[in-house]
Amino acid sequence: MPLEFSAQSKQRVERLLTRYPTKQAALLPVLHVAQEEFGHLPDEVIELVSRTLDLPAAHIYGVVTFYTMFHREKHGRNELMVCTNISCMLRGAYPILEHIEKKLGIKAGETTPDGAFTLVEEECLAACANAPMMICGDQYFLDLTPDKVDAALDDLRRRWKERQQTTTGPRTILGVGPGGAKS
Amino acid sequence: MATTWQEVRNVKIVTKAFGVADSHKLATYQQRGGFEALKKALQMQPAALVDEVKKSNLRGRGGAGFPTGMKWSFIPKDAKLVYLVVNADESEPGTCKDRELLAKDPHLLLEGMIIASYALGCKHAYIYIRGEMMREAKIVQAAIDEAYAAGLLGKNLATAAGGSFALDVTLHRGAGAYICGEETGLLNSLEGKRGWPRLKPPFPAIKGLFGAPTVVNNVETIMNIPEIVTKGGQWFADLGTGKSGGTRIVCVSGHVNKPGVFELPMGIPFRDIIYDVCGGIPGGRQLKGVIPGGSSMPPLDASEIDVPCEFDALMNDPRIKDVEVRPGVPFDIGGGRKLKTMAGSGGIVVFDDSTDVVALCARIMEFYAHESCGQCTPCREGSGWLARVCKRLARGQGEPGDVELMANIANGIGGNTICALGDATVWPMLGFLTKFRSDFDARIQPKKIGLPGGASGPAKIDMGAA
Repeated sequence: MPLEFSAQSKQRVERLLTRYPTKQAALLPVLHVAQEEFGHLPDEVIELVSRTLDLPAAHIYGVVTFYTMFHREKHGRNELMVCTNISCMLRGAYPILEHIEKKLGIKAGETTPDGAFTLVEEECLAACANAPMMICGDQYFLDLTPDKVDAALDDLRRRWKERQQTTTGPRTILGVGPGGAKS
Repeated sequence: MATTWQEVRNVKIVTKAFGVADSHKLATYQQRGGFEALKKALQMQPAALVDEVKKSNLRGRGGAGFPTGMKWSFIPKDAKLVYLVVNADESEPGTCKDRELLAKDPHLLLEGMIIASYALGCKHAYIYIRGEMMREAKIVQAAIDEAYAAGLLGKNLATAAGGSFALDVTLHRGAGAYICGEETGLLNSLEGKRGWPRLKPPFPAIKGLFGAPTVVNNVETIMNIPEIVTKGGQWFADLGTGKSGGTRIVCVSGHVNKPGVFELPMGIPFRDIIYDVCGGIPGGRQLKGVIPGGSSMPPLDASEIDVPCEFDALMNDPRIKDVEVRPGVPFDIGGGRKLKTMAGSGGIVVFDDSTDVVALCARIMEFYAHESCGQCTPCREGSGWLARVCKRLARGQGEPGDVELMANIANGIGGNTICALGDATVWPMLGFLTKFRSDFDARIQPKKIGLPGGASGPAKIDMGAA
């Protein structure tokens, strides 16, 4: 049986399609919806998006692999993006990244065995005045010190555990609805 | 009458919301006088609005500093379908203004967009926001929803001479690609493709989004529009200096005591920004250099910081040295024009004398190598070569001829690519070599000659390869 979007995702896709003159233009937003629902973008998901938008799977594959936020492999629930670009580097981002690697026991680009964290070394995340910094989803962690990193990681792990016990649904979904209607 | 920067030290146009509680909400924005400029604009003729923006000397705040009014006037008069796209893909290293502006005053952006769309004849405008900015995407989407609910978007608004105008706005999230900040790469991305920049001409004003005439403007640029309408283009022009109107948002980061995002007078010297606005350099250390407008701009050294932070000054001020390919040979950016630096995106990165500038430059090269979209060979291959050679120097393993090698590679990329990312790689490379050449030379290891296992350690046999 081919993969399908959930009713909620279907609704979001339909709303998205009203915002563009071509189906293809909705590709990036639809891929965001797909990744939020399925966690990553393996072949079956690319085929689903291909059917949904009447686009060749090869085109979608090309797009997915072009953008760094789309991933073909499973990622951890918390994606830690640590900036090491110049403003952060000048204020000690590399020692911070090393500290996180040690604390999580993984290298940048890897996922913890329990699936709680994926660590990503990121390019500039536009919070240069609060360097060094990292983001996790829509949460910012600014002016990092090793202590602040420890507190942030502990807090994220605790909330991840709580979520695991209470919910089974998809991760928090970002509103993409057109104006007026709350998404 | 032009003014000096000191006289307009405290004028705020786009950062009025900073420090205001709940500034991102429509009610708060309206309490602050929001959407009054829109009322005034809708009573004007669209052509008069374009003229007002021309008169204001507003220049693009994304990096290139192109006059906004002129960009708008390139849209063909008889165009039936026009798009406005706001570039909120802020990713130039050292730049953090648009993210703050989006989070703190999204309705100012929407008001500017409605006015600009009315002036341009656009019925559906897009905001292309950087994928990583999830928090800001939520805030902006909530603001769009509020504006729809209040009838500011999606509904007919009465205009001059009994007409009407309605605008739709859609927020579009990118997905992680620096190149999508380049306007034609952005348009391709918005059309559901890889963010590959397009060959120009045709320019977006003639053939842009979905093949229609399109204006792409930066967030800060659009946020200046309501005030220009309220106070007039002349007021805005007078506020600035020379051919650059208004104020400038700068984001100061790196080695300063008080980093931050500041709205400052156009033309304030870098010395005042570093030592006055940002409280100087920590630990009593000395200034080594400043990147004046995001990582793609050649740095200034400590002797050049008395120049004003303004578009034309940074390109022409004789106090700034010309960027060179090698000592005594200026770099030609095309048509025999020399390069000093540019005001770019307003991202000012300050570094002190404890900084390893070779490592700093290597990190910049690594960034551009990572972000090259791969379309043009000089950029795709050359940026990687520069990163590898520069990193080798940073590790202290530079080989004789490496400095010349980097300069030659850089010279071969500049001007030979579809978009400016190639130049954005070359400019800092040559800029760092011009200003801090001795730091690079110091990393070159003299060639070791000997037999394997000899007294001087394992031999390195140079096969002539770079």
